Amino acid sequence: MDAQKMLFPSPYDAATPAGAEGWEDLYPYYVKFQPSRRMEEESKFWFCDSQHWPTPFRPFDMSMVEFATKCLGQYNTRHLLVPPANGIDYRVLNGYVYFSPIAVGPSEIEARVPQFMERAGHYFANWDEMLENWHKKVDQKIAELNALEFNELPDVVPLEWITSGKGLDNTTDLIDSYDRAIELIYKVWQYHFEFLNLGYAAYLDFFGFMKATFPSIPDQAIAKMVQGQDSVLFRPDDEIKKLAKLAVELGVADALRTGTVDEALAATAKAPNGQQWVDAWEAAKDPWFNFTSGNGMYSTDKYWIDHLDIPMTYLRDYIERLEEGDEIMRPTERLIAERDRITAEYREMMDEEAQAIFDGKLGLSRVVFPYVEDHNFYIEHWSVGIFWRKMRSLSELLMRQGFWDRPDGMFFLNRNEVRDVLFDYSSAWGTGGRAQGTDIWPAEVERRRAIMEALGKESPIPALNNPPEVITEPFTIMLFGVTNDSIQSWLGQDDDDSKITGMAGSPGVVEGIARVLRSPDQLGELQKGEILVTPVTAPSWAPVFGKIGAAVTDIGGMMSHAAIVCREYALPAVTGTGNASSRIKTGMRLRVDGNAGTVEILD
Amino acid sequence: MNALFTLPFTAICRADHDRVGGKCASLGEMTQAGVAVPPGFAVTTDAFAAMLDNHGLREEIARALSRVDPEDFDAVDRAAQAIRIRIRSHRMPADVEAAIRDAYAAMCEEMGAEMPVAVRSSATAEDMPDASFAGQQDTYLWVIGADAVVEKVRDCWASLYTTRAVAYREKQKIAHGDVLMSVAVQKMVNARAAGVAMSLDPNTGDRTRIVIDASWGLGEMVVSGVVTPDNYSVEKVLGEIIDRKISDKHVELVGDPERGEAVEREVDEDRRKTPCLADDEVKAIAQLAKLLERQNKCPQDVEWAIDADLPAGQNLLALQSRPETIWSQKAKEKPKNPYATGMAGIVHTLNNPFGAKQTKAAS
Repeated sequence: MDAQKMLFPSPYDAATPAGAEGWEDLYPYYVKFQPSRRMEEESKFWFCDSQHWPTPFRPFDMSMVEFATKCLGQYNTRHLLVPPANGIDYRVLNGYVYFSPIAVGPSEIEARVPQFMERAGHYFANWDEMLENWHKKVDQKIAELNALEFNELPDVVPLEWITSGKGLDNTTDLIDSYDRAIELIYKVWQYHFEFLNLGYAAYLDFFGFMKATFPSIPDQAIAKMVQGQDSVLFRPDDEIKKLAKLAVELGVADALRTGTVDEALAATAKAPNGQQWVDAWEAAKDPWFNFTSGNGMYSTDKYWIDHLDIPMTYLRDYIERLEEGDEIMRPTERLIAERDRITAEYREMMDEEAQAIFDGKLGLSRVVFPYVEDHNFYIEHWSVGIFWRKMRSLSELLMRQGFWDRPDGMFFLNRNEVRDVLFDYSSAWGTGGRAQGTDIWPAEVERRRAIMEALGKESPIPALNNPPEVITEPFTIMLFGVTNDSIQSWLGQDDDDSKITGMAGSPGVVEGIARVLRSPDQLGELQKGEILVTPVTAPSWAPVFGKIGAAVTDIGGMMSHAAIVCREYALPAVTGTGNASSRIKTGMRLRVDGNAGTVEILD
Repeated sequence: MNALFTLPFTAICRADHDRVGGKCASLGEMTQAGVAVPPGFAVTTDAFAAMLDNHGLREEIARALSRVDPEDFDAVDRAAQAIRIRIRSHRMPADVEAAIRDAYAAMCEEMGAEMPVAVRSSATAEDMPDASFAGQQDTYLWVIGADAVVEKVRDCWASLYTTRAVAYREKQKIAHGDVLMSVAVQKMVNARAAGVAMSLDPNTGDRTRIVIDASWGLGEMVVSGVVTPDNYSVEKVLGEIIDRKISDKHVELVGDPERGEAVEREVDEDRRKTPCLADDEVKAIAQLAKLLERQNKCPQDVEWAIDADLPAGQNLLALQSRPETIWSQKAKEKPKNPYATGMAGIVHTLNNPFGAKQTKAAS
């Protein structure tokens, strides 16, 4: 092969989508490819993380990427000194995020080992205590975020501030609250990763041992042995199920069946026993409806607690299924029994020496792995959900001041530009003049909105430049499912028109009609028994898994959400197909083979 | 019924194992354990011994073989053939024959007609974990009527002295007189499909796999290698089908009630390349193999059939189960570097992640 020829395009050759000219100006300099570093940046392999982040980022939302990626790295690089892995370099191209893991130089790896053993060892040895402390820290940040308020500056400073000699005005509180919100969410992102890679490391260790012992063991069998049954991620769905049962028991199902959420709640409150149900609904909301249909990275993500029609739709669906005689509660006992059976049967096939190692590695994985599933609720769903709510209220406040014309205008500015706007507002308030930004931002926000729309119309290039000979970075493999095999499948994706390959995420074979969903807003379109085909699923989609026949995703590995939930519901899943959601059209007949990891388009 | 010469599968217990040979013992055990097995009875080694003693055949056989140079294949062949003719040329002792006729009549009474049966050899040295006698002795299919059953039992006895069996015993230094023959008389399965299931992967010894060979009709075509069977690989713990290869199955062995025998016939064009098993059947066969492995506490080689006359869900029958002999004898290979534990294990894993190893090995 021509040494100069790249397998994937260079970021410098990537075309700008029509209508998105100037997109580069929307993002800070440190997330962009720099022509002065072309040589260096072309020598690295970058892959698009469309698993976590499937659509282009608005400028403000990019803060979440910056914080998350920086904080992910800090634990490898500065806290734990993971021997072979630093963090992940990131760039934005056409609004999508590209990753390139940063390896540790071979000569430095050895020196990091004792430090890693001491530091990571401390966490493993004191896991429960450390985790309890984590919960305290996160709870406190959530409380602080909740307490933040963004109010219009008053015409005059309150009299008490005069009499008490405070000597400050309301702009300081406004700007402080904003800074505080950014600071809190930055800290929350640090906490997000505090235990995460340790959870993955223990799991990878167990995984590698199982593969060495049973070379042909399916990945999903290993996953089933470790997976928790009581992840808090199941809780919101469970709460809805409980509410559905309660509605049927109390005889208020009919009152809930129609109308808007407010209408249904009002009708229910009037029904006999109805108030009891409404109280239960209210009690479930906080925290369990702090749950998003997205992934928490986007200001556009819809959280249940802000869009009660989402849980209400699920609730109505469950009520209907209950009335049809379905058992909707998760069969936790059966799942645990199944997990124990699988564990025991593999263990039986080992000799005594291997059994002892198995017990040790499985034991550690089971202690630490639940965090990998649980943290999501506390961070992406709960904390970040509050953050977005507060930011929306700030955006609306600034809209009322004339900085933009629509409620979401602020999210087209980056976080530092927002701070400038706050000072512009404060300055105009202080001087009694007129804010400059009200003449600039309304048009600029609309220009940016058009750019974002143009970016969103194009699918991301899956990867840039040449892949390394071997992907060795452990977390890349685990978190993103990026292996040499998956890269090959991205490259060879057009070889056979009717067959799509991916990862065997959950076993079983099913034939059925495809329903391609690009956004959680389309979830209502799903019909019973259809095969869900989508770029990626989110935990709050759990209620639809009771309806579907199988799931197919573009990106994700064994531990992706779709794989986990499908295993739980005993549905086949094929994950990490690269592009199934664009190759498959709604209505096509598919054969999904969750054992082989293939999807066949039958007609 | 004469319990000395015949034993129904439902009555065979551990104490009878030496008298019924490997195949009948396994059929008896499976019957006792509730595994669906075609009903039938064993003609015990006592019956064979009575035959030998009644006609002074022991001495005759010993004499015939003592003169033969085991290295001289033609001589062995001639001697073996002569012995088989001698066995076939004698009538069974009357009490033995009566016992077989009674037992067959009892089976027919239960089923209400002259029943086609399979008559299968069940030698006492067969199916020992360290010796593979499988397939060295005869099996007769679709045998109908007491006369035919009696004749085929005697033919099975004679087949203890096939050239192959004699040569094998010579080579393994097994005294010919130490091996006796029991015979299984079993309701003939009307197999829509049949084959073999191994509760490990015969190619790799991988115990997490169950590998199934299956073809149309009776399983003899699979066992003898006349057809390329469909091949399925099932993950043992999850019970899921991991791999399937569908072959061109050009012939099948099916019962011909008119002729009272099993006949080989061409498979119609439209069935040849279609899977002979539904996925549920594959899974059921795997479950059966797994159950038998558990009961026998070692990997098994199972012959099975799907009966065309029985309703779905009850149509899977086990015909035979014996210990797998190849991999069971190999000492388990130990990994060169024992797996690191604790933090050292985690460090090792991070420095040598599994996905990287896999890809390196593949390239």
